[in-house]
Amino acid sequence: MSAIEITGVSKVYAGGVRAVSDVSLSIAEGEFIVLVGPSGCGKSTLLRMLAGLETITSGTVSIGSRVVNEIDPAARNIAMVFQNYALYPHMSVYDNLAYGLRNRGVPKADIDARVAEAARMLEIEPYLTRKPKQLSGGQRQRVAMGRAIVRKPDAFLFDEPLSNLDAKLRVSMRGEIRQLQRRLGVTSVYVTHDQLEAMTLADRIVVLNGGRIEQVGRPLDVYHNPASTFVASFIGSPAMNLAEAEVMGGSVAIGGQVVANGISGVKDGKLIVGLRAEDIQPAAPGTGVPFAVRYIEELGALRLVHGSVEGRHLTMALSPDLPLADEMKVAVAADRLHFFEDDSGRRMTR
Amino acid sequence: MIDRHPWLDALAHAVLIAGVLLVAFPVYVAVIASTHGPNDFMSGLVPLLPGSDTIANYRSMLTDGLSSSGAPPLGGMLWNSLVMALCVAFGKIAISILSAYAIVYFRFPFRAVAFWMIFVTLMLPVEVRIVPTFKVVADLGLLDSYAGLTVPLIASATATFLFRQFFLTVPEELMEAARIDGAGPLKFFRDILLPLSRTNIAALFVILFIYGWNQYLWPMMVTTKSSHYTIVMGIKRMSDVADALPQWNVVMTTVVLALLPPVIVVVGMQRLFVKGLIETEK
Repeated sequence: MSAIEITGVSKVYAGGVRAVSDVSLSIAEGEFIVLVGPSGCGKSTLLRMLAGLETITSGTVSIGSRVVNEIDPAARNIAMVFQNYALYPHMSVYDNLAYGLRNRGVPKADIDARVAEAARMLEIEPYLTRKPKQLSGGQRQRVAMGRAIVRKPDAFLFDEPLSNLDAKLRVSMRGEIRQLQRRLGVTSVYVTHDQLEAMTLADRIVVLNGGRIEQVGRPLDVYHNPASTFVASFIGSPAMNLAEAEVMGGSVAIGGQVVANGISGVKDGKLIVGLRAEDIQPAAPGTGVPFAVRYIEELGALRLVHGSVEGRHLTMALSPDLPLADEMKVAVAADRLHFFEDDSGRRMTR
Repeated sequence: MIDRHPWLDALAHAVLIAGVLLVAFPVYVAVIASTHGPNDFMSGLVPLLPGSDTIANYRSMLTDGLSSSGAPPLGGMLWNSLVMALCVAFGKIAISILSAYAIVYFRFPFRAVAFWMIFVTLMLPVEVRIVPTFKVVADLGLLDSYAGLTVPLIASATATFLFRQFFLTVPEELMEAARIDGAGPLKFFRDILLPLSRTNIAALFVILFIYGWNQYLWPMMVTTKSSHYTIVMGIKRMSDVADALPQWNVVMTTVVLALLPPVIVVVGMQRLFVKGLIETEK
């Protein structure tokens, strides 16, 4: 268990492609950090630099109190779980778990004990003599986790470990990873493109975009106070509604249609307004903004109604028992609006 | 799915049977011929039924050889062929798996050039470069030696290329996981890559053993003493007699004996061989 300190780290590939730009991040001991972002945002590159699988172009990475920039992956005392598990196909599950320990010269009795403990924890004891290809996806995932656990590393690094599993298994493995990490208290960095995984697993989420950090924060803080339109549209499902709007004397208008009044602390002018789907609801009779329904997605507990206000696409999340019509009148929770700068997309301070 | 028609099935079987006959008949003739005495061929008719001289033919070829054609006993030639085939097969596999490992897993200057140079030598088999190769081998004093027989044949672009293609299909994460597990380059090669290549090695061994066994031109160039003749050369020498009829019965005896080791290798390694050609164990 160790804290990880990332200071001004950049990665520029030989071809001149800048994958990570000046990223700084302090990860506390035992913290579960999730790096999330779309493909190509640099999250995997950052993780691989922590692991030592990519060289660091500039900046420093320290694990514990030690700068590890020039240290070999094996000597960093980290363990990594790969997306395709990367189990050694010709070795039994036992040997897969023991391989790293043998290479480190751990005594045989000690290896036996550690493997047995990890196997019990992950409930893979019956499979120790099997080869990886005789296991199901979920079992392979457990073995990959086991290989990380037996090492008793300073940090776990997860590179999209659940993306090869089916949806149901993903949810249960997600829960197990979280519980396991709590129990072991090992500092963890987890890379995913799935915002739901990020929300459910993380102590703190790091949202990356174009090789830069957009926002760092606890899941609910990021959800409720996205720092930019990028974060707003990436975190949360359905994505936050974003529309160009104009503020004039405390009124917010989308396409000329006033949707909310009594806004304070926002300068008059053009901006981007963000509103969560659950913050748009049918209006009381005789009031509200016209909302033209386009199509409906039934989620069971929720109903997503996609439509438009003055031609701007908006989605609202309704309780399924509310009546529907082709043409509805909706009201917006004025105190729940998010405002972003028109040009930069950064959140406006109110 | 392909529809099954009775007449299509029949046609397919007819083609297959014709193919088998085409391959098997000469072998049958050779085996039959090796059971006859020397005079059974004088008539110009090839006997198609077994004769009675089997034991005499095989015994004389294994012990005395055919002194009239300058052919030593077969035992020595079989041994030479075996040494040559094994050295060529193992040498080729060892060299090519190592060079493929270097080309796939290491970043060094002129890596692409190195690969293409190896690749280009595909166009230069022994037969094409035989004169300069002979000159080099002769200058090194390797004529009439096992080294001279095998070393010039060992470099193999084909095997290197095959291993390269196989290594490229091994997920990169495996190498990264091994690095994190504390395995250096040699340990990764020995513990992970070599066991994974097992079936490929077996398949290549079968192919290369037969390649080495069947060499004819090169052994003829570098051996002048009968102590280093290979069996394939021996067959040629026996069938190529001056002022006399070749003794077809003993030539065919030699042929049958020369056939045996490759057959044993193929049959013995059949399962691994097929696995190596079709399986993707990753």
